[in-house]
Amino acid sequence: MLLEVENLSISFPTESGIARAVEGVSFRLLEGETMGIVGESGSGKSMTAMAIMGILPRAATVTGSIRFRGRELVGLSDEELREVRGRDIAIVFQDALTALNPVMTVGEQLMEAVRVHRPGITSAQLRARAVELLDLVGIPDPERRIDRYPHEFSGGMRQRVMIGVSIANEPDLLIADEPTTALDVTVQAQVLDVLREVQQRTGTTVMLITHDLGVIAGVADRVIVMYAGGIVEAADVDPLFYETAHPYTAGLLASLPRMDRRSGDEPLYQIPGQPPLSTAWPAGCRFFPRCAHAVAGRCDTVVPPPVTVGADHTANCVRVGEWPKGVPT
Amino acid sequence: MAEGSADVSSSLTVDHLVKEYRVGGGLLRRRASVVQAVSDVSLSIEAGKTFGLVGESGCGKSSLGRTVARLQTGESGSIRLGGDEISRVSGRSLRAIRRRVQFVFQDPYASLNPRKSVRATLAEPLAIHRLHRGQESRRVSELLEQVGLNPAHADRYPHEFSGGQRQRIGIARALAVEPEVIVLDEPVSALDVSIQAGVLNLLDELQGRLGLTYLFIAHDLSVVRHLSDRVGVMYLGRMVEQGPVDRLYEHPMHPYTQALLSAIPVPDPKVERARQRIVLRGDVPSPVSPPSGCRFRTRCWKATEKCAIETPELVDLGEGQSVACHYPAERTVF
Amino acid sequence: MSGVGQAVSGELIGEQQSSTGSAVQIMRRFLRHRLAMPSLVVLVLLLVVCFGAAVIAPYPRGLQDLLLGPTGPSPEHWLGTDEIGRDYLSEILYAGQVSLAIGLAVAVLSTLVGTALGAIAGYVGGWIGELLMRITDLFLIVPAIALIAIIVQGLGPSPVTIVLALAALGWTYIARVVRGQVLSLRERDFIDAARGIGASSVRIIASHLLPNLVGIVVVAMSLSVASAIIVESTLSFLGFGVQPPDTSWGAMLSQAAGYVGTDRVYLLYFPGLFILVTVLCVNFIGDGLRDALDPQGKQL
Repeated sequence: MLLEVENLSISFPTESGIARAVEGVSFRLLEGETMGIVGESGSGKSMTAMAIMGILPRAATVTGSIRFRGRELVGLSDEELREVRGRDIAIVFQDALTALNPVMTVGEQLMEAVRVHRPGITSAQLRARAVELLDLVGIPDPERRIDRYPHEFSGGMRQRVMIGVSIANEPDLLIADEPTTALDVTVQAQVLDVLREVQQRTGTTVMLITHDLGVIAGVADRVIVMYAGGIVEAADVDPLFYETAHPYTAGLLASLPRMDRRSGDEPLYQIPGQPPLSTAWPAGCRFFPRCAHAVAGRCDTVVPPPVTVGADHTANCVRVGEWPKGVPT
Repeated sequence: MAEGSADVSSSLTVDHLVKEYRVGGGLLRRRASVVQAVSDVSLSIEAGKTFGLVGESGCGKSSLGRTVARLQTGESGSIRLGGDEISRVSGRSLRAIRRRVQFVFQDPYASLNPRKSVRATLAEPLAIHRLHRGQESRRVSELLEQVGLNPAHADRYPHEFSGGQRQRIGIARALAVEPEVIVLDEPVSALDVSIQAGVLNLLDELQGRLGLTYLFIAHDLSVVRHLSDRVGVMYLGRMVEQGPVDRLYEHPMHPYTQALLSAIPVPDPKVERARQRIVLRGDVPSPVSPPSGCRFRTRCWKATEKCAIETPELVDLGEGQSVACHYPAERTVF
Repeated sequence: MSGVGQAVSGELIGEQQSSTGSAVQIMRRFLRHRLAMPSLVVLVLLLVVCFGAAVIAPYPRGLQDLLLGPTGPSPEHWLGTDEIGRDYLSEILYAGQVSLAIGLAVAVLSTLVGTALGAIAGYVGGWIGELLMRITDLFLIVPAIALIAIIVQGLGPSPVTIVLALAALGWTYIARVVRGQVLSLRERDFIDAARGIGASSVRIIASHLLPNLVGIVVVAMSLSVASAIIVESTLSFLGFGVQPPDTSWGAMLSQAAGYVGTDRVYLLYFPGLFILVTVLCVNFIGDGLRDALDPQGKQL
């Protein structure tokens, strides 16, 4: 067991009240797997990642537990967390341009990442490692490119550099937070390939956070679907897509136009309404106000616990199995 | 809604359009380079149909859209709306054109004036074109209903609405003048997945009801397939392939179209596993100094010397499909 | 398919009360501002007592009581008297007429000129914009006080020439701020959207650009009231400002400058206090107006 998150909740004070960004999230991450976390903006997927990295803003209140190889991360001091960050757990952000320092060459940034966790290393070794990293993420001509500045790289190349920085110390867990959202599709394909290759070569566990169910379908082994700060469904990738058990997941899948099919004249399925605000979650199931299968009295009273619907497949819905699978109209 | 726009039979035709931008330069720096964002592009849209324009950032699809909507003026080429040439008109005639071509912006946050209520935003085009005089308020309510918003919220400000609702306001503003053609520039790409479907359905429904002609610009090929009748693929300012939607998606002939289609992830794990992905090398070259000959050749696995010397023209392959490649060949990508 | 989209209507983000832009709403938001409203009351009070000094001041202007001489605050003379026995409160009220008039006139003048030129420089751009901005740059490197002093010397130090001299420099700051804002607004899609529906340049500037400039212009204006009063004080302090028999708060400060460290230092404190209170009030009112005019109505 690499990572065990239990009953994680994150809240913030805001102008319009306490924002309960994440509530009661539990999941486990096995060594070497690629887990996808999918959700819309405000679903709490990035917050969960930041909590694992220990990089939430100071104003955030975190409860619950995050155990990395059995070691509790919640409540660690900044200094203790720094040791974990970068060495054991690393993160790749969406926007590589702002995540890289514009006045340092990419080589200096790579070397800095290595040096922090290996104080005794010689500068020749450092440089060799930086070249090796650039090569690993598929940047051509790394000996020459290492002395360039971030602005001399294209968006896709910058994201590769970011991946290089994050794997500098061979972390056991690599969190990729929307790593390809800012990129063009042909470049996205390259970067996803690099991630896949890095994982094969180093055996790191990957947690991929995205809003794109297509990316999930192509990359993930296991998937967690988040909605309004909580998990609504968790399953291996095939059951999630083919034996969908939560109305939200089903609704999302049905609302996506498909590139590989003739569309005909049918309108797309449309989930009514819009996601609630984290300062005012509805009572009971948070998807209840938008759900096609909701029943008053059952869905609007308590937050539904996970219900096992198959092997390693849970859905947080009290009506699991009571509605026909497929398009939720 | 005045029923006038329902029987419009005109279409939009773009011929050899060129749009250039000057980059750099200034009062003291005299050296400015010219970027050809749209390079000799032609397309035509039947009335009441949707032409989907796809390509990656910097391919010129937005520049083309803005030029067609006359938010900017092209350097050469023609844009015909029905029988009227609109590429060079200005002043009073340009204002008249504005009633016929409208534009919907990508970013629903930046495209609404934060200091204007929804009512003021929607009433402005009515005032400019002297439409529905004395009935403005009724017309505003009608427009809001048309896009699925509550007319009772007309006096609210943009920040009180969600992204999807703002995009609906943007659409209502475009509808206000009863246009024939609407250029939709990435209208759903800033929206959350569960909100996109609603806006796409709305666009579809409005087209059916009002007989609108769409130029639909997007980088999301799934969305384009759903909404379009015809699709054009742009790369570095040039149109590399176009054709009827199913023909283009099922029988792509240009290597770039194939690579683009194969790069789009499909939300279906079995399909994803079975697919042969074409991963292009490198990045899109700078539009300031595009490659000679075929602009795609630097990333193409088929490129030969001929591609560096001769610029491939769009050649009609039959069934409405045309491709600009010296070595067109079919390749399935799903 | 009329149901499409209907489902989305009805719900707005959050359940905040509608914050509209009507005059009533703007007033309500201004009243809610913690500091703006009291500041407005104080400023109005200052204006009333200064310009109503003929009626309100306890003693006539310039009435000397040489036998009394300088005294500290007392029941007869709330703020004491100066070395020739004039009631200091009355003097301050009369001086306030000049200081406040200069401050407000300079602010109005430089805001008008600065906003107009800044908006043109930003919206039109090209060589006109470049030229205007080079001029404002020029003013940045010239020592302002020296320049104003020379102008005032040349034209004769009347309140009118002081106003003109201060406004001649003050507009550059506002023009710079306005141009920056216009440049960023011009890139926003809603300006393109306005062009797209056929709006003329005049309409775009008047109906889309200016309303979005109100916030920063109001703040810039309030700052310029404050800085005009302070610069006038400096000028008078240096002896280039208002000349006797006219007087201003700055001139009074300058006359009292010699009393630092003596028991008559109150002569320095009181005009200084009036300048401070005025400047603070104007700034707080500016803040309040900016927030009140913003339809997003930030919760205070």
